[in-house]
Amino acid sequence: MSAPVIEQLDAPETWRDVAKKALHNRSFLTGLIITTVILALAIISFFWTPWSITELDILLKLKKPSLEHWFGTDHFGRDIFSMIMIGARNSIAVALVAVGIGVLFGVPIGCWAAAKGGYADEVLMRTNDVIFAFPALLSAVMITAIFGPGAINAILAIGIFNIPVFARISRGAALSIWPREFIMAAEVAGKGKIRITAEHILPNMINLLLVQGTIQFSLGILAEAGLSYVGLGTQPPMSSWGRMLNEAQTMMSFAPHMAIFPGLAIVVTVLGLNLLGDGLRDVLDPRLRRER
Amino acid sequence: MKILTNLAKTTALAAALTMSASFVAINAWAAKTDVTLGMVLEPPHLDPTAGAAAAIDEVVYANIFEGLTRIGSKGEVLPALAESWTVSDDGKVYTFKLHTGVKFHDGSDFDASDVKFSLDRARGEKSTNAQKALFKGIESVDVVDPATVKITLSAPAGNFTFNLGWGDAVIVAPETADSNKTNPVGTGPFKFSKWAKGSSIEMVKSDSYWGKPVALSKATLRFIPDPAAAVSAMLAGDVDGFANFPAPESIPQLKADPRFKVVIGSTEGETILSTNNKKAPWTDIRVRQAVAHAINRQAIIDGAMFGLGTPIGTHFAPHHPAYKADLINTYPYDLDKAKALLAEAGFPNGFKAVIKLPPPSYARRGGEIVAAQLRKIGIELEIVPVEWAQWLDQVFKKKDFDLTIVSHTEPQDINIYARKDYYFQYSSDTFNKIMTDLNLATDQAERYKLMGDAQTLITKEAVNGYMFELAKAGVWNAKLKGMWENAPVQATDLTGVSWAE
Repeated sequence: MSAPVIEQLDAPETWRDVAKKALHNRSFLTGLIITTVILALAIISFFWTPWSITELDILLKLKKPSLEHWFGTDHFGRDIFSMIMIGARNSIAVALVAVGIGVLFGVPIGCWAAAKGGYADEVLMRTNDVIFAFPALLSAVMITAIFGPGAINAILAIGIFNIPVFARISRGAALSIWPREFIMAAEVAGKGKIRITAEHILPNMINLLLVQGTIQFSLGILAEAGLSYVGLGTQPPMSSWGRMLNEAQTMMSFAPHMAIFPGLAIVVTVLGLNLLGDGLRDVLDPRLRRER
Repeated sequence: MKILTNLAKTTALAAALTMSASFVAINAWAAKTDVTLGMVLEPPHLDPTAGAAAAIDEVVYANIFEGLTRIGSKGEVLPALAESWTVSDDGKVYTFKLHTGVKFHDGSDFDASDVKFSLDRARGEKSTNAQKALFKGIESVDVVDPATVKITLSAPAGNFTFNLGWGDAVIVAPETADSNKTNPVGTGPFKFSKWAKGSSIEMVKSDSYWGKPVALSKATLRFIPDPAAAVSAMLAGDVDGFANFPAPESIPQLKADPRFKVVIGSTEGETILSTNNKKAPWTDIRVRQAVAHAINRQAIIDGAMFGLGTPIGTHFAPHHPAYKADLINTYPYDLDKAKALLAEAGFPNGFKAVIKLPPPSYARRGGEIVAAQLRKIGIELEIVPVEWAQWLDQVFKKKDFDLTIVSHTEPQDINIYARKDYYFQYSSDTFNKIMTDLNLATDQAERYKLMGDAQTLITKEAVNGYMFELAKAGVWNAKLKGMWENAPVQATDLTGVSWAE
């Protein structure tokens, strides 16, 4: 396992090589396009949506998709396309912050455990394993059930379960880098462990974190949708894909568009992010690249 | 080979068909005597004399427990454990002649001393009865002989026999009164059999019932809080019906299905935007009036209840003769006026508040619409969904809320506005005076006038936001007979229910 890494570190690629490879990677491209579109929708929703989703017009309720309302309207007469745009913003915000929490706490924990070794490493990583052993979504449901429903608690709940993921990944990566010659050189030069981690270890694990981040991001979106579906996530009037699905449930038989579009939004987004993640791994991940 | 296989298939199919045909025959031959009904809410316990939750009465009323009188499906007062009664000329002394040979489910005899015990317990100091006001006028309860009870009132009360028909006034035995919460023992035609917490309550026919025996041998009430699950339970035949179906949006679909009967009736449920009258800024009448002007009732009924429901302008059932219909125009939908009132009250830019919403869709969906409507006049509502237990604790008990939406399903319950410490915390001497007069009045015309005055007062003061009268969307198997069309009291009366041949 370690041999290919050595090779990669010895012969770093230029950005041009990476870009060239990315352009030829189909799943990376598809994922990138889907993700960009969803991101764009979310950003546009800050300035403009086809209809307002906070002003309910009951007279317009349950309209089938048309030129006026592209995805139809829901039981309150809100435009579903507008709700999906704003829902994208909500999903992305929740997932992004949750991944952020994971990186912010997980990476330092992992790096510290790798640098320190011994008992500290054992204690940290075993605690990590304990958290990791809980099914993340179930525990998130538990957390929001205790602290009350709402976007903030959903973010925290999802974020907490991102910590062990990132801790584990960064510890593994750091452990494989520590024995390297250039690290030894840095140690000999008198750099402290913190400085070495910041200057040499972290830059060499960015690729790995990026790939994992993308995957956790899609899981975060899925988790937010799940929490909102059971009523523990984002609360109205903010729109959320999961809650849209929940509300559509009893109306499936006469207004299937209410369920189809938010469902599609979740599927497409998660698919896009997973493709992007796979693509990124193919393009960036040193281990896989050598095995080709 | 091919032919053979086909032949085998056909035979199998024919066999299957014959078998299913014979199953149908068996079903038709042996009439069904058990029924499973769905309910949205699970009662916290089963003692109707110690709790305000409507779900308690919806399980036990008329089925397990009986009072001296009972309320019929049209809201009429019927004799129950009392065979007949006479009223003295001054309207103060009621003499009840009781049925004899009545036994409680535990085998003990029912007589006048149980009546005295129950009523004294309900009106006593240690009473945990949720409707103590019903018994307030009672001066004394005297046992004349085992089959006769004399109740003396401090003043004539026009609706005394109606009050005795409430679930809160049922007769319990002294030996079992304390354990009724988990093991209800009454005199009714059904006796309690088991309670699978979180799932269902079962009751079976009582063979020792004093009156006309019921047609059903067993009744199960299943708790299905989720509207979507209610729809599928109905379609799959897991339940035979819902006295009040929780998903109004599915009513057209169920109506179109010949297997089911859909009956839209009335309830006593005034669905209101309850306002904490003792918490700023709701203490200011102008703020409450602004809210009243900003609420569009029809939009709430159409959006939350899919059109099921009657707009109300006050806390009174619209099908009652004393209902004042014109009060609905007291605060017409007028956003400019609402904004002006808010500005006058010192909130030209509105303010932020919290609305706590219990699970029923009238509340959760209605709350979303109310929030959207109030946003138009600058009041930003944070929506907080709560479960029933939390609602009872935070809102009803601790009064920690700004706004909430709830349906008050007790009959003629306008007197709650006179209650000290009731959760919406209204207090008005004028109103209390009207209620005292009403309790004393026996002349119907005068009573109706006083009821009208009370309605006018609470509407003018915009105590709460008056939205709509809950409809009762009954859905049940087309072969099920005898279910109530309306809900004049909180009840799932199964005494007249049977299966058609």
